[in-house]
Amino acid sequence: MNGSQTGTARGTAGAALATPVLEVVGLRKQFGDHTALDGIDLTVNEGEVVAILGPSGSGKSTLVRCIDQLETIDGGAMYLDGDLLGFEQGRSLRPLTDAGVRAQRRRMSMVFQQFNLFPHWTVLRNVTEAPIAVHGVPSAQAKAAARDLLAKVGLSDKADAYPRQLSGGQQQRVAIARAVAVEPRVLLFDEPTSALDPELIDEVLQTMKALAATGRTMVVVTHEMEFAREVADRCVFMAEGRVIEDRPADEFFRAPETDRLRSFLARSMRANDERRG
Amino acid sequence: MTVSEISMTTAAPTVRTDAVDVADARPRIRPLRILGTVVLVLVAFGILTFLVTNERFEWPIVAEYLFNPSVLLGLLTSILLTAVAMVLGTSLGVVLAAGQLSDYWPARLACKAFVGFFRGVPPLVQLIFWFNLAYLLPRISVGVPFGPEFFSWSTNDLITPLTAAIIGLSLHEAAYMAEIIRAGILSVDQGQHDASAAMGFSRWHSFSRIVLPQAMRVIIPPTGSQVIATLKGTSLVSVIAMGDLLHAVQVIYNRTYDVVPMLIVAVIWYLVSVSILTVIQGKIEAHYSRGATRAAPKATGRAAAAGTSTDPVAPDAGQAGTAIDNRTKENQ
Repeated sequence: MNGSQTGTARGTAGAALATPVLEVVGLRKQFGDHTALDGIDLTVNEGEVVAILGPSGSGKSTLVRCIDQLETIDGGAMYLDGDLLGFEQGRSLRPLTDAGVRAQRRRMSMVFQQFNLFPHWTVLRNVTEAPIAVHGVPSAQAKAAARDLLAKVGLSDKADAYPRQLSGGQQQRVAIARAVAVEPRVLLFDEPTSALDPELIDEVLQTMKALAATGRTMVVVTHEMEFAREVADRCVFMAEGRVIEDRPADEFFRAPETDRLRSFLARSMRANDERRG
Repeated sequence: MTVSEISMTTAAPTVRTDAVDVADARPRIRPLRILGTVVLVLVAFGILTFLVTNERFEWPIVAEYLFNPSVLLGLLTSILLTAVAMVLGTSLGVVLAAGQLSDYWPARLACKAFVGFFRGVPPLVQLIFWFNLAYLLPRISVGVPFGPEFFSWSTNDLITPLTAAIIGLSLHEAAYMAEIIRAGILSVDQGQHDASAAMGFSRWHSFSRIVLPQAMRVIIPPTGSQVIATLKGTSLVSVIAMGDLLHAVQVIYNRTYDVVPMLIVAVIWYLVSVSILTVIQGKIEAHYSRGATRAAPKATGRAAAAGTSTDPVAPDAGQAGTAIDNRTKENQ
């Protein structure tokens, strides 16, 4: 169902074998007079984990929300498996129908900062609803798959609990299971640990790390420096709606090119250490 | 003892031996509350005496007419009118609420105008107006505007006391329900809209399965008041000679002149109906509060609190998943 056409004309720098899953080209987004995204270029290849770092207000969250089409965009373009997101090119370029947008969203998943589980449903129904109602997976099969996923995130005994009966960390792990259940082409994480108490952060990061190891394509907006260094293939540093650096993770931390990134890294490392005690 | 001496002390502080145990405490005596209780009992006794000893209530007549067939028919009419007005009003109210929240401004404007008008005109005025619609519009027809007509009826045939009552009460109800439902929808966190959009649910699926069930918790209590208001509001239709409960007792006391006892009959039935509705409302509220609280069904909380006083969530990073699972097993 994820009609992946063979690449686009737009090749990625370097690795000739890498298949781009997500391509963002010159993306612009305004909130009134405020320019939230000012010409973002970003390519995410198949199986890659890309961490997006930056000070608050740099536009990181806006970027992933734009990719999932939760925000409208004001310029540039985004492609998923070579398909233009949110618009169609007929005789002229026009916004896609609601149904078209929904079909594209179904090929991605998002994990939110505030979890956003559906509080009136059990954990199991939270995970199975989209596969059953949207992707047409038979109910029994979806439930079995969901129980499998819940076991993987360490919550097999919580299938019948309601979200508010769980800790924040448990809720976020359910949200991750829910996001993975639809077999998305790309998983988007919008500051998944920012709303958690410090002692709950690690359980979520461990889950994400395990996920990354299975070869999922992931875009992770985060403040967790350790996680980015350990798990991400590439790190992107954003400030004021622009990409300042976009480099392999080890280089990013070892040899930052700009003063801005250097001072950001120094500040963030200190903040992370303090928070973790 | 100086400040420095205090801070230097390292030995564990001794526990005092003369401490009391507050478990033995008795309730505080509150003179004003005792006085208040006495006053309330006196007032209740006074009301009861008034009801029993005042012969003008004519309780035997109340008892005689309480289950009078025409009174019961009036009660049934009032209840059916309430049900019809609520069903039609709520259905239209959902559409109006959705329209007011739409990003399509003509729909927004039209729905706001509708709500503004029908909420602003008193229901009694509306009832009389609809009953007299024939004056304004002698014939009602279905067809293309300014084009051919397909069907046509005489307004006087269509507008009976019953249809006028249904139209008047339903439209009035729709305007109020639209506001109640709108408030309910707005009470649902934006994150829920984001999450259901991100999962690719259709608009109807996310409205009916995700937004509305959560909005219900906010919608039900004012809707309960609204049902009660409508039930009482049906007494207005007696002015257009619709045979509701009030009209039924009026017909009887116009003949027998037992005005007060017959009104007491009506009051009793209104109060009985409202009490039943209140019980039903409580049950519906309980249904929609699923997942709204952290309390698991029974057998948690106390046991956990009585157990260890350490932070319940295991900070053990590497084994986070299994550590948490162990903890929850202990709690059960």
